[in-house]
Amino acid sequence: MSKQSAKNLLVRLPTTEAEPGQRRAFLAKAAAIVCGGLATLTPLAAGVWMFLDPLRRRAATASFLPVTTTTSVPDDGVPRQFAVVSDRIDAWTGFAAEPIGAVYLCRQQGAAEVQALSATCPHAGCFVQIEADENCFRCPCHNSKFTFAGSMVAPSPSPRAMDALECRLEKNGTITVKWETFYTGVAGKVTRP
Amino acid sequence: MSTSMSNSSKQKPGLLGQLADFFDDRTGYRKLVNELLFERVPGGARWRYVWGSTLVFAFMTQAITGLVLWSSYSAGAQSAWESVFFIQHEMTGGWLLRGIHHVMAQAMVVLLALHLMQVVIDGAYRAPREVNFWLGLVLMMLVLGMALTGYLLPWDQKGYWATRVATNLAGLVPLLGPSIQQVIIGGPDYGHHTLTRFFAIHAGFLPATLVIMLVVHLSLFRKHGLCARQPIVRSDGMFWPDQVLKDAVACLAVMAVVLGVILLPALQAMLAGRPIVPGELGAELGAPADPSQPYAAARPEWYFLFLFQFLKVFEGWGASGEFLGAIVVPGVVMAMMFLMPIIGRWNLGHRFNIAFTLALLVGIGLLTGMALNEDYCALWVNKSSLAEAENLLKKTEGDPVKLSAALGGNQAQIIAMQKQFKKLEAIRNSESFLAAATQAQMDGERAIELAGRPERIPPSGALELVRSDAKSQGPRLFAQHCSSCHAYVDPQDAKASEQLAKASAANLYGFGTAAWMRGLLDPAEVAGPAYFGNTAHSDDDMVSFVTQDLTDRDTWKLEDIEAVVVAMSAESGLRPQQTAADAKATEAALIAKGRALVSDVERCGSCHTFHDNGTKLGSAPDITGWGSRSWLVGIITDPTHKQFYGDTNDRMPSFGKADPGSVPILSTQQIELVVDWLRGDWYRPAVSKAAR
Ligand code: FES
Repeated sequence: MSKQSAKNLLVRLPTTEAEPGQRRAFLAKAAAIVCGGLATLTPLAAGVWMFLDPLRRRAATASFLPVTTTTSVPDDGVPRQFAVVSDRIDAWTGFAAEPIGAVYLCRQQGAAEVQALSATCPHAGCFVQIEADENCFRCPCHNSKFTFAGSMVAPSPSPRAMDALECRLEKNGTITVKWETFYTGVAGKVTRP
Repeated sequence: MSTSMSNSSKQKPGLLGQLADFFDDRTGYRKLVNELLFERVPGGARWRYVWGSTLVFAFMTQAITGLVLWSSYSAGAQSAWESVFFIQHEMTGGWLLRGIHHVMAQAMVVLLALHLMQVVIDGAYRAPREVNFWLGLVLMMLVLGMALTGYLLPWDQKGYWATRVATNLAGLVPLLGPSIQQVIIGGPDYGHHTLTRFFAIHAGFLPATLVIMLVVHLSLFRKHGLCARQPIVRSDGMFWPDQVLKDAVACLAVMAVVLGVILLPALQAMLAGRPIVPGELGAELGAPADPSQPYAAARPEWYFLFLFQFLKVFEGWGASGEFLGAIVVPGVVMAMMFLMPIIGRWNLGHRFNIAFTLALLVGIGLLTGMALNEDYCALWVNKSSLAEAENLLKKTEGDPVKLSAALGGNQAQIIAMQKQFKKLEAIRNSESFLAAATQAQMDGERAIELAGRPERIPPSGALELVRSDAKSQGPRLFAQHCSSCHAYVDPQDAKASEQLAKASAANLYGFGTAAWMRGLLDPAEVAGPAYFGNTAHSDDDMVSFVTQDLTDRDTWKLEDIEAVVVAMSAESGLRPQQTAADAKATEAALIAKGRALVSDVERCGSCHTFHDNGTKLGSAPDITGWGSRSWLVGIITDPTHKQFYGDTNDRMPSFGKADPGSVPILSTQQIELVVDWLRGDWYRPAVSKAAR
């Protein structure tokens, strides 16, 4: 695009300008734009730099957090809700031993191992609840239903089954759960970084 | 070039051109831009016209940086300081952004003064521009209001105490004062709502008003055109690009100065070979606001210092003086400025306005200089020339009768001497300000060190962290409650003997270390000022034991004594760093030998209970765990307990014991702070700040 038409974007100039002053005027304009631009870009750049700081922050690496003891999870195949307690750092504040989320623990009849399900709905992240009358989980937001084992009950707005969490039985009877969160709304279970 | 241009105007516009036409047809923006840019500048572009534009630029910078700061700032008594700490020390580029906001605010005040001066000198307030001048004054007050309210937002000691003064002055306004004050600070006292309100005023009310006023100010400016410097000798120029270029260069220069101020310390560090810590650049952050901790270094920002100094003129006038200095005089000055366009109608009046403005600026400059001189004169006044006066002052205690006697009644000399006394007092005041400023800086650095712990700041806020920090609170509590008797001075220190002579109880420096114990067991020292010399124990059993029994080399060989020293310092369980100097302290065999000697009922154990040696309490302190945390807490809580001095206790108060119904002198937490400080038990960052 020629210089003139570029100028026409802003204003329509008479095209019969005198020749000699033009070069000087062009330099002045260019210099004004450069100086003004640099001056303005400085706070803008500093602002963008700081505003993008959150991209640099990473969630704490997933670790096994103590949830409860085996005695609290009877082998009746009915899930129970437990709080996951952990130290948590929120920007400048450090919280010691705070509930940071919830899991459902469930033990089948006669089984030793415990299944853990994240209480976060895979659809859009609401808190999935137990529907005791129907022996299933139900999400209050868009009514996704899941069996006690966590699998989808069709038809369901949720794209996948409830997210199972890795679960360990420690020697002292404590149940620990690997605390992870996953992207919602997608068919695959993808861990959030 | 010319051909391409004339051709292009005939060509059908390109895609972008068509888009531009589309929008122009519907908005007429070309005309607007045309009007904005193609303004005649009578007499040509000049540098003296740039100030208004630099102010607009500065405001725009503040808006951009302010909005981004807003995105990370949390207004609340337990989160304001903390979030600013996070911005300054943890977020990428936070130091730069906050630095720009902080320094540009100051630049804005300077630019305001320049703009005002240019307008007054050029008589740009005269008809028909009166209203625009008044608008300008309102804009100035809005900017100053933003400066004032912004100072409080980090909620550090400096801003907190300086703003308290300002809001208390607002309370002096007749009738409405107290209500205004209460509304501004959001209640009867400072707290959450002070911050939320100041923030709303700083980032909402004031800037919104300012934007509206600015739009009117600028459109009026365009309506009247530039008020050209008279007489016009040069040919006219165009706003674009002639004046815009000058404006842009000026804005860039302002930005460069701001960046220079921020980055200068980095350059200095680089040249000195010190590491550059970004968090230390830009705006500083003091210790978190603490209403219970005095802050002797409280001063307003430098551009308000003149007011601060001006108020001192009225000292001794009581409340009416403050009212006069803080409300009446500034009010009259503002009124005078609002009247300028009227006064300026006459030529003489215009001259008066110029003189008034210059006098005002000179006065402000002088007052600022005086304020700075009062605070910092100790740095440049040579005290040695006042040595004679200092001696005389000590001798006469400033008593005029004594002074006259000392100088033989020579009136001239007396007056000269009194002048010198005044100077001395000024220096002393300055010294205490500087000491307070140094202390404030140390407190600030420590607070930031604590906030950077891996555990982060507790939900109760950083103040909690500072208050429970032995390193910074220990010395304060010690100075308040212990130092009237106890010294705390490194015996190797040059001034040690001077301080020890003043003390009337043991020197607690290094209490619990082998060095301390070695001194106690040294016959030359035990009855000296660092140990029992100045106490009621100066001639008791312990002293005679050390001076007599311990000097008997048949029963006490030198290596036995050393074993006791090592064993006793092991009892204290001090930080390994402190005892590391004494590598022997880790030698288990030596400790075992020492313990046996201490325990021995024929030796130390004949008076002292030590672990399970069976000696009954009452004759001497139980030295099990001597110098350990619990032992020290115990003795400070109640030295009269039979586990310690019992009824042979000298003057030491039972700091932690109170009669039923009353409170002890020190809380358990305070005692623990003193103990932890004495023992050197405090948080140390794993990696030094520099290495980070
Ligand atoms: S979020 Fe659970 S069903 Fe939509």
